[in-house]
Amino acid sequence: MAVKDRIPPIERDPQKRAKDFFEVSLGYDEERAVLEAQRCLQCSIPTCVKGCPVGIDIPGFIKQIAQKNFEEAYKILKDYNSLPAVCGRVCPQEIQCEGACILNKAGKPISIGNLERFAADWASKNNVEDEIQIDKNQNKKIAVIGSGPSGLTTSAELAKKGYTVDLFEVFHTPGGVLVYGIPEFRLPKDIVKKEVSFLEKLGVNIILNIPVGFAIHPQEILENYDAVFIGVGAGTPKFMNIDGTELNGVYSANEFLTRINLMKAYKFPQTDTPIKFAKKVVVIGGGNTAMDAARSALRLGAEVTIVYRRSENEMPARKEEIHHAKEEGVKFLTLTQPVRYIGRNGKLIAIECVKMKLGEPDESGRRKPIPIEGSNFIIETELAIEAIGTQSNKFLLSQFKGLELNKWGYIKADEFGRTSIPKVFAGGDIVTGAATVILAMGAGKKAAYAIDQFLK
Amino acid sequence: MKTSNLIVEKKKLAYGIHMFWIENELVANNAKAGQFVIFRIHENGERIPLTIAGVKDGTFRVIVKAVGKSTYELCRFEKGDKIIDIVGPLGQPSEIKNYGNVLVIGGGVGIATIIPIVKELKNHRNRVDVILAARNKDYFVLEEEFKEVDNLYFVTNDGSRGMKGYAHEMMEKLLKKKKYDISWAIGPSLMMKACSEVAKKYDLKIWVSLNAIMVDGTGMCGGCRVRISDELKYTCVDGPEFDGRLVDWESFNTRLIQYKEEEKLALEKYLEKVGEPTWL
Ligand SMILES: Cc1cc2nc3c(=O)[nH]c(=O)nc-3n(C[C@H](O)[C@H](O)[C@H](O)COP(=O)(O)OP(=O)(O)OC[C@H]3O[C@@H](n4cnc5c(N)ncnc54)[C@H](O)[C@@H]3O)c2cc1C
Ligand SMILES: Cc1cc2nc3c(=O)[nH]c(=O)nc-3n(C[C@H](O)[C@H](O)[C@H](O)COP(=O)(O)OP(=O)(O)OC[C@H]3O[C@@H](n4cnc5c(N)ncnc54)[C@H](O)[C@@H]3O)c2cc1C
Ligand code: SF4
Ligand code: FES
Repeated sequence: MAVKDRIPPIERDPQKRAKDFFEVSLGYDEERAVLEAQRCLQCSIPTCVKGCPVGIDIPGFIKQIAQKNFEEAYKILKDYNSLPAVCGRVCPQEIQCEGACILNKAGKPISIGNLERFAADWASKNNVEDEIQIDKNQNKKIAVIGSGPSGLTTSAELAKKGYTVDLFEVFHTPGGVLVYGIPEFRLPKDIVKKEVSFLEKLGVNIILNIPVGFAIHPQEILENYDAVFIGVGAGTPKFMNIDGTELNGVYSANEFLTRINLMKAYKFPQTDTPIKFAKKVVVIGGGNTAMDAARSALRLGAEVTIVYRRSENEMPARKEEIHHAKEEGVKFLTLTQPVRYIGRNGKLIAIECVKMKLGEPDESGRRKPIPIEGSNFIIETELAIEAIGTQSNKFLLSQFKGLELNKWGYIKADEFGRTSIPKVFAGGDIVTGAATVILAMGAGKKAAYAIDQFLK
Repeated sequence: MKTSNLIVEKKKLAYGIHMFWIENELVANNAKAGQFVIFRIHENGERIPLTIAGVKDGTFRVIVKAVGKSTYELCRFEKGDKIIDIVGPLGQPSEIKNYGNVLVIGGGVGIATIIPIVKELKNHRNRVDVILAARNKDYFVLEEEFKEVDNLYFVTNDGSRGMKGYAHEMMEKLLKKKKYDISWAIGPSLMMKACSEVAKKYDLKIWVSLNAIMVDGTGMCGGCRVRISDELKYTCVDGPEFDGRLVDWESFNTRLIQYKEEEKLALEKYLEKVGEPTWL
């Protein structure tokens, strides 16, 4: 029997959406969701579930959608994942659930991400209230440091178990990368706000503008709380550190995106934080961060080229983001590596690049790019945005003496987030290095479980 | 913890230079000399780094020089107003211990920001000589707070008080006759650069405090990066104080003007809206 085609989500016209910051994909309407859900084979041994880092009962929630029990579908999701509206939008499904779906063999896996998002959005539109069930007060206090997906999840889980939770965030807005990194056109900030207000309903004290380690000493935290969860993210951007890195016009993607997302610089001068509205922009890298930076620059009116040293196959970004970027007019220059920034009067005017070819696979299993001698060429540009990854942020760690780190400088923790200090748990990017929203959430959930065990 | 962020005292010290005392115990109780805070003054506001220039009974002090839209606007705040977001203390504290003979140079608004450093140096029983440098005699703000120092020298660009000239010239004059073990210079970047050159010539360690353009102040964006010897450092977490002899001043100074056009536009729009900035 021929496998039916995937039902595509509703998406805004690429020409139009490339000029504003509103959401690109509108997801499914009820009709499409049901049609897509009906494609599911309801396998007795569902391989998709194994592909999901938090083991969602995927056939279960999909079955409810197929039967138009949307509220029920949402409730199943919520049992496993406290942020389905976020994950449906940003998880790399093609290497997780959808990649593992049996129908992927025919190239037509179930659109699990879109269905997840549909159920979550439906619940939100129809004011389905999340049940607030809080166990009896434990009379114990937990400090959670950082309000990214790991910190949000840990806080929610522990609050439900009856613990008093103080969630500390150094920024003026909670959400971590969800608010400062991932742009509005991919993840509307109202969704994050809603999740945060749910936390407030659970009784979590969200305390903003607190640089833990500086305004509150780790020793103080250890003395005043029964347990601590650290979810401060990977944070610090790396630079290639080629000649000219200090020129005006060279940004890290983190800076570029933070100015736009957190500080709303795209509205300058209505807002006070400036950003460069350039005609030509080059973005270096091939991950989600690179795609986000490129598509944001495009929305500020630039002609944008992504420069990546391997080939498109090796790009770590979600396939959908690469596809969207192309549709919107971002150009791709693969097998190319910048070697030097060229400036005039302190301002970037061009980048010297070299062509690459792919050699043997390296440790990551991807074929290693090798420069082709003598292939150097110049790209003119006003801005260069480096999105080549992050490293362990020492902002908190430099103050937290006695906490053991691994050889990459991230916190050493076991599967349940237990660190070298008994009371202290950690999870998310600060343990794994830059990873994903769902892994950070999963880590938060496990740590909450371990903290509960530890305190009992 | 009282973190109301209320302005409990406000005073104009000179034209365009305003002092604020703000209630925030977390900042006040944890601040060390050399550290800073970041303000946001309204919902559309940018993040404004300011040095902590003193603490007292759960409040801390900042001295603000009006140079553009955000600082013009901030100087309009009065006693009883509230700063919506204050985060701090941030940055590495000054390395203060007993050195012996110390020379501290403050220029412009830097005159106010060296006060906590000078106090701490005195607490550690150093002999501290201070050079205060300003455009003219009206800008020696908070001069009365330098009473405990061993020798106090004044420099003005127009000669209206003390030596006529620049801070680094006075510095060199002193270095010719006296040996210092370490020095600090905080003020406009041209002054810090000139002082660093003098320090290099006399083989004297010099701390400067870099006012790089910042966003988050937590090492997350890399916008505040500066070249120190051959390494890229982040001013907000590795600094703000660095050995001035190792700073790549040329790139530092060009990075400071990267938003010149935007800053001009923002100020023009603001003044169009509010009229003459009579409050400065
Ligand atoms: C641009 C971009 C796009 C991405 N796109 C995707 C995607 O499409 N799909 C996906 O799955 N993943 C994506 N990721 C990765 C994902 O966002 C991260 O893996 C995830 O957010 C990590 O969560 P976390 O809880 O560990 O930390 P973070 O989200 O980094 O949050 C950490 C929080 O801790 C705060 N903090 C740090 N230090 C302190 C301190 N001392 N005191 C108080 N607070 C502190 C920080 O301000 C921050 O808010 C993307 C990342 C980026 C940067
Ligand atoms: C660690 C540190 C401590 C500081 N301490 C003080 C202080 O005690 N008193 C004081 O008056 N000023 C201090 N500054 C400088 C102050 O932050 C800037 O003057 C202010 O942000 C300018 O904003 P504006 O809109 O008024 O001016 P703009 O018109 O935006 O800019 C004027 C100049 O200020 C600098 N500047 C602009 N934006 C920023 C930014 N986000 N971060 C840093 N510098 C910027 C630029 O070099 C620019 O040329 C400090 C800066 C740093 C980094
Ligand atoms: S999503 Fe795919 S693997 Fe999972 S139950 Fe449905 S058809 Fe089977
Ligand atoms: S201000 Fe962002 S890293 Fe220093």
